[in-house]
Amino acid sequence: MKEILVCGGTGCISGDSRLVHDALEQELSRQGLEAEFKLKYTGCHGFCEQGPVILVTPKDNFYCKVAPQDVPNLIHQLKEGKVYDELLYVEPTTNERILTRHDVPFYKKQQRLVLKNCGIIDPENIDDYLSSCGYKSLQKVLKLQPEQVIQEIKTSGLRGRGGGGFPTGTKWDFARKSVADNKYIICNADEGDPGAFMDRSLSEGDPHAVLEGMLIAGYAIGAQEGYIYIRAEYPLAVKRLSIAIEQAKARGYLGKNLLGSKFDFSIKIKQGAGAFVCGEETALMESIQGNRGMPRPRPPYPAVKGLWDRPSNINNVETLANVPVIMEMGSERYAQIGTEKSKGTKIFALTGKVNNTGLAEVPMGITLREVVFDIGGGVSDGKKFKAVQIGGPSGGCLTEEHLDLPIDYDSLLEAGAMMGSGGLVVMDESTCMVELARFFLSFSRHESCGKCTPCREGNTRLLEILQRIVEGNGEMEDLDRLQSLGENIIQSSLCGLGQTAPNPILSTLKYFRQEYELHVKNKVCPAGVCKALLSYKVMEDKCKACGLCKKSCPTEAITGEKKQAHKIDVSKCAQCGVCMEKCPFDAIIRG
Amino acid sequence: MVSITINGNQYSVPADYSILKAAEENGINIPTLCYEEGLTITGSCRMCVVEVKGVRKLLASCATPVTEGMEVQTESERVISARRDILRLLIANHDLRCLTCERNGDCRLQDYCYRYKVEDTPYKGDKKHYPIDTDNHFFIRDYSKCIKCGKCVSICAEVNGAHVYDFMERGFDTKVTSAFDDTLQETTCTACGMCVNVCPVGALVEKSVLWEGRPWEVKKVTTTCSYCGVGCQLKLKVKDDRIIGVTADKSGSNLGHLCAKGQFGWEYVHSQDRLTDPLIKRNGVFEKASWEEALTYVAHRLQGILQERGGQAFAGLSSAKCTNEENYLFQKFMRTVLHTNNVDHCARL
Amino acid sequence: MTGYRIKQAVRNGRKLIVADPRKIELTNYADIWLRHRPGTDIALINGLAHVILRDNLWDVEFVCERCEGFAEWSEVVEGYHPKRVEEITGVKAELIEEAAHLFSQAERASIVYAMGITQHTSGTQNVLSLANLAILTGNVGKEGAGVYPLRGQNNVQGACDMGCLPNYYPGYQLVDALESRHKFTQFWGTDLPDKPGLTLPEMMDAAYSGEIKALYIMGENPVLADPDANHVVKALKNLDFLVVQDIFLTETAELAEVVLPAVSFAEKVGTFTNTERRIQRVRKAITLRGNTQSDWETLVALANKMGHNWVYPRGPEEIMEEIARCTPSYGGINYDRLETRGLQWPCPTSDHPGTPYLHRDTFSRGKGKFHGVHHIPAAEEPDEDYPLLLTTGRNLYQFHTGSMSRRSKLERMRPEELMMMHPDTAKDYRIKDGDYVQVESRRGEVKTKTQVTDHIPPGMVFLTFHYKETPTNRLTNSARDPVCNIPELKVCAVKVKKVMN
Repeated sequence: MKEILVCGGTGCISGDSRLVHDALEQELSRQGLEAEFKLKYTGCHGFCEQGPVILVTPKDNFYCKVAPQDVPNLIHQLKEGKVYDELLYVEPTTNERILTRHDVPFYKKQQRLVLKNCGIIDPENIDDYLSSCGYKSLQKVLKLQPEQVIQEIKTSGLRGRGGGGFPTGTKWDFARKSVADNKYIICNADEGDPGAFMDRSLSEGDPHAVLEGMLIAGYAIGAQEGYIYIRAEYPLAVKRLSIAIEQAKARGYLGKNLLGSKFDFSIKIKQGAGAFVCGEETALMESIQGNRGMPRPRPPYPAVKGLWDRPSNINNVETLANVPVIMEMGSERYAQIGTEKSKGTKIFALTGKVNNTGLAEVPMGITLREVVFDIGGGVSDGKKFKAVQIGGPSGGCLTEEHLDLPIDYDSLLEAGAMMGSGGLVVMDESTCMVELARFFLSFSRHESCGKCTPCREGNTRLLEILQRIVEGNGEMEDLDRLQSLGENIIQSSLCGLGQTAPNPILSTLKYFRQEYELHVKNKVCPAGVCKALLSYKVMEDKCKACGLCKKSCPTEAITGEKKQAHKIDVSKCAQCGVCMEKCPFDAIIRG
Repeated sequence: MVSITINGNQYSVPADYSILKAAEENGINIPTLCYEEGLTITGSCRMCVVEVKGVRKLLASCATPVTEGMEVQTESERVISARRDILRLLIANHDLRCLTCERNGDCRLQDYCYRYKVEDTPYKGDKKHYPIDTDNHFFIRDYSKCIKCGKCVSICAEVNGAHVYDFMERGFDTKVTSAFDDTLQETTCTACGMCVNVCPVGALVEKSVLWEGRPWEVKKVTTTCSYCGVGCQLKLKVKDDRIIGVTADKSGSNLGHLCAKGQFGWEYVHSQDRLTDPLIKRNGVFEKASWEEALTYVAHRLQGILQERGGQAFAGLSSAKCTNEENYLFQKFMRTVLHTNNVDHCARL
Repeated sequence: MTGYRIKQAVRNGRKLIVADPRKIELTNYADIWLRHRPGTDIALINGLAHVILRDNLWDVEFVCERCEGFAEWSEVVEGYHPKRVEEITGVKAELIEEAAHLFSQAERASIVYAMGITQHTSGTQNVLSLANLAILTGNVGKEGAGVYPLRGQNNVQGACDMGCLPNYYPGYQLVDALESRHKFTQFWGTDLPDKPGLTLPEMMDAAYSGEIKALYIMGENPVLADPDANHVVKALKNLDFLVVQDIFLTETAELAEVVLPAVSFAEKVGTFTNTERRIQRVRKAITLRGNTQSDWETLVALANKMGHNWVYPRGPEEIMEEIARCTPSYGGINYDRLETRGLQWPCPTSDHPGTPYLHRDTFSRGKGKFHGVHHIPAAEEPDEDYPLLLTTGRNLYQFHTGSMSRRSKLERMRPEELMMMHPDTAKDYRIKDGDYVQVESRRGEVKTKTQVTDHIPPGMVFLTFHYKETPTNRLTNSARDPVCNIPELKVCAVKVKKVMN
């Protein structure tokens, strides 16, 4: 039987994939094709740029930007056993239609281990998960001693995918060795980096894999309870995880004496209210306990004294989703993927000025160039590559010189960025790096919990300095202030938020100092972004006095009679740039 | 015991010590704003950061336990740079009207700015201004001076259990205040004043000390509380032979903790109703008398009854408010002078 | 302060059982709250002991090695099965069982009590039954265990230690024991009366009947503090001579013939002994007010006027040296040693570090004795004429008769009496929160404002004795415990009626 897999990830849903699915359902029923085609509403396929997307098995024909009105034609072709060419992916450089998914450049260099079920199975149906080897790893694990499970994870070389990159097996070992009446497994699904959505997609697309990872972790450390801390802004993920929990309970994968063993485990979902700092493990635990989400000093580490003062182990969604994969394929085989110190794969959320935005799972050690140009299809609109920001507001930016850097935990840190949770924002020449730093800082400032002095007060001051610079009021000493205060905030803040918040400033200062200096000394924004530093001018020789600019100016800053070259009154100009866009003769320039 | 090196010198300290405690016990002072013995360690002010060999970031010494072989620098260049920036950040958002501040001269923030030569702040910008809350009977809350160390939050929750304070808003907008930013009368506040005593700056100040004298002019006398049987130790703040307030004394079993009575119940000492002269009632009216006159009168009356009736006609009630020495003399007086065992006090009540 | 520590312990995971008819703040922290009827403490405690015995949860080793009287006592407790205790106390049998299990299974358990236990006609028996419970479970003589009476005033402990009791010289040396009387006769160089004297309530009766002619009161206010105030006033008025030494012209001082001005704690030098037997310094912070002098100076001057030769040129410090010489438990006390933290007696010698807890290896009487005590009903229980039960106590912001606290800013926190009454009871009497009522007992009447609250159970009202405008002790019963003469301030019968303010 052929399967029609309609993407039901959040991205495609916002492109009306639900309507596409319903239209397909109606059409199949109208034509009585239900026995021939199995229709599934799946999790995210990753290539969000092209959504809503549909995959048709067994040949994996990949259809893009499908609209409800395409459905009759599509079904017509499928019924005939043909491919519907109109909706196939078109390779932009060659204009060639690509027949199957694995030939689409976006997927070519990916290694979809953790995402293997995403886009394939129906996340709201446990049978679908079971039929793709679901809960097999758990069965395997329950026959092992907890210490053996931990050893497996250690051998696999798995490191935390949430940012820090701490070896997961070692973390479990600490929690295993703490003695207490109860322990907890916490799944951190409080993915807060702007532009990052791998944990959301995993939870939406393969929720049972997350549960299975938690179960295995629980068995390994000796916990009986688990919490999933997930942001309330992820309603679909919450819904699908809740359904998964209920189904797992009903099938005996959660509850008492699991699969006939002596292992009991239950999972609760706790929804967060969208504070970025609650992604920090101690703040997250405070939040679960009903307290204000503020980090506390470590030690004691959660492995010793965590949730409700009991030993707790916190891993993020992606880390936990790796666990069943490792148990299934064997730790040694898993460890062959990736680099010496960074094993396995990493999912990146590719966004920004790149042709193919979406989620891509790649082996560790792949170069930045491969990700941006091969998977991402290069910079959009034919513009020049400038930089990538890796690791969201906590990360740093990397430039052209880093394009051949292998992506792994350590080389990224060395280069002044960090893996973070895997946000990867591509920037082109029209991005102002000072403004970029200002943007991330305003995020960090807003998300500071206010507990420790450097982060609470310091980030505000950094932002104020950046604000001055983009407004043309900066002075050269400000650059030194950014540097020294930034370093001190990193050095002395209480938690990861403060310890990384200045990273975007320090890395842009390092790689784009000249751009800062131009803002300060010459009052110029070379990317043409910082409004206060822009002025517009009409080039008299090109102006045909058509009057379009004058008509479109919202502040009535443009004057000029018929047949007379027009003029812009700088004192009235709001630097909105509308005149430049409207001018048919390119007579208005920005400088 | 573990052996650690602080500023190049080796020390042996108990394994459960923090770096801060290890340093302090060995005479090395590390500045702190949010640390208070006995309360949860929040590690929030970051003043106490130190450099530990092999660790990339600076560590809060209050929250970091010592480990064998640890090498600590408490005043390295990196440490001082961080502390200076913390101070500059704090004063950038602090009402700097130190001239008339009640804590002028008794303020940790001032002391540390002096210690680290922080004369001014380069971080001029937004500054929080809050109206001074004078609504409660006992102290003012001047949050423009608050440095968010959180000690008032902790002591109220962890010692009193009243949970009056918490942090409101986030980040730069964070304010320490009561629920819904209400006046304290609207809260569960029991007026114990412990928040005032732990405040390291001038954000919480007893009303009774306002404009009464500079800290260095005020004498602090450690004594025992005059109310209940716990016998809390406290310090009376005395200026010009008058009590103007009370502050914590950590030498007693109360560890510096007090209740409303110990903290704010001392004003009766200066009540206009205090008896200042002996009084003798003549024709139903009290008349002032000299001590000589009054004591002669009493002695004469007692002597008369003693001769006429003997000791059994006397009784004496001593006081649980008086000292041991006075109680001792009182029963000695009753037994040896008035020849009676009819002596008791309110222990039965 | 004790409340702080209990709350802190609960926050640190310790278990708490509260036995109180009132919903005090600590009940919020309690694992088990036993809300028994006032005056049924013995039944409740015997009930707990009964369950502990029945379920074999007692400390056999401790009882066998260190106690006596177990067999007789256990026969008494035998009769207090939980169902019967439920009938007497109103506490559900299951709750009693639960509490007994929780208490007996603790590795270390302390019992903390105050006047709620003692101010009953069965006060002594109440304390004994608590002691039974403590020794039954081996909770004596080790850190974190024990029985803790909380002292109501800063130096009740010290006043007792110093022998301001009719039957004891300083250090609890009996006045009717030949040896100690001989010792003090020699020490003070004068003959001493050989019979124990009268207790405070007995003094009032004796004054009322005319046996006592002169009363010397130093820093007490019995007119407001003592039960059956009308009787107290009559007794004081019946005296030939009343001298009162105080810092204020109290309600009692107003009845005196001579009033001698005293000094407050801030003006004096000396020591107080707190509830944990810790002797601590009192230091002079300000000079004497007006024409006053210290109480000790007044006593010395008066003794000398009456022909004695008391000389203490070095003041209180020298008096303490005299105390140390005649009081074995204070033998090692001197001012130098008290400079920092004080010392807990017994501290017999100058190199003794003090004693943080008692009865470590042996009890002061040798073996711990079980006393079989039976439930005794209160002397006056509500009836048709006086249908409500009045219990008395204190509030946080006032102290005792208010002479100190009411002259401070604390007064603003609680400026007037608020009689607590349960909403159901209030409904029966058509009383609303804030209404004024007249409360009447067989002995007197007072007027008060009402606070309608479920902090006390139905059928009961609660008043403090802080306010002279509402002199609660006009209502209370002077019926006394036969052993120690403590009056039953915790239970009497009253009726109320609504009045206009």
